[in-house]
Amino acid sequence: MEQATTLDHTEDVYEPSLTPDSLGKLGMWIFLVGDTMSFGALLAAYAALRVGAGVIGWVPPSEILGINLTAFMTFLLICSSVTMVKALESIQNGNVSRMCTFLGLTIAGGFIFLGLQAYEWYHLITHGLTLTGIPEHGLSGAAISGSTLFGPTFYAITGFHGMHVTGGVIYLIVILIHGLRGRYTAEFNHEVEIVGLYWHFVDLIWIMVFTFIYLI
Amino acid sequence: MAQDGHKEHPKYMNIFWWLLALTIIEVAVAIPEYATLLKGILLIGLACSKAILVANYFMHLKFEKRILAIIVLTPFIICVLLVFALMPDLTTDARHEGIEKPAEVVNTSAH
Repeated sequence: MEQATTLDHTEDVYEPSLTPDSLGKLGMWIFLVGDTMSFGALLAAYAALRVGAGVIGWVPPSEILGINLTAFMTFLLICSSVTMVKALESIQNGNVSRMCTFLGLTIAGGFIFLGLQAYEWYHLITHGLTLTGIPEHGLSGAAISGSTLFGPTFYAITGFHGMHVTGGVIYLIVILIHGLRGRYTAEFNHEVEIVGLYWHFVDLIWIMVFTFIYLI
Repeated sequence: MAQDGHKEHPKYMNIFWWLLALTIIEVAVAIPEYATLLKGILLIGLACSKAILVANYFMHLKFEKRILAIIVLTPFIICVLLVFALMPDLTTDARHEGIEKPAEVVNTSAH
């Protein structure tokens, strides 16, 4: 509690004009802006390679990637974003145990997402989508041929996102432990908001990845 | 509102239902076979709507200072520019010089 008061006081002194309520929030936003560029560059490279496949062609993603599972994964991340905002709402109302419950649910969502992604990767690799090749037959059963860059771009982008989810889950666990120890109160809770920013960003990126890699 | 954003919570469940509905529409739009360009535009539009909902309400961007939203928007604009900057290089045929075309494609090629 003493520590919390000290931190609050510090932030009153160094009040950033962009996010007056928390300096850490500004730091997270700056990181997220940079991270957007990382994902943006990967997606732009994907678009360029796909359009640039030219005569070799690019297999329609729906022939290799199943949409049902990933649509469910999208749903799962949206749900975990909702539990994240509920966690923040709870602590802003001073309800610590409710916050911990919602943080736990968010973490569970992250773990299930990662499990499903591992399952999907395993499935794809055993069906022949590797870093150097694509499956001989599509989901419709027809023979398919196209650029072998499908695999590397797919694994790089979904892998980079999966690493972010992994990092997010670890980050959330740290915040949950702090929460269980009683670090957060109705007045001191910006750390929960900051982990929330990161988590919603990961959700936002997945919305983009789902659209660009799986649907288009 | 900007000042009290943290105390007055948006109705998160409404946002959830919107996101769910948009995801279902997205999958429905993506599955049938039709004009690729139209499909692309529809899907990108839907994805951007979802992203805006997440950023505005879950990340509380709507309740922050507007300049922060503008800063956050910058990398998205830069990425779109990046794609367009790469396109001229990719849609010319010069880069295929020296690349052996697969036999079956050469046979059906309209060139």
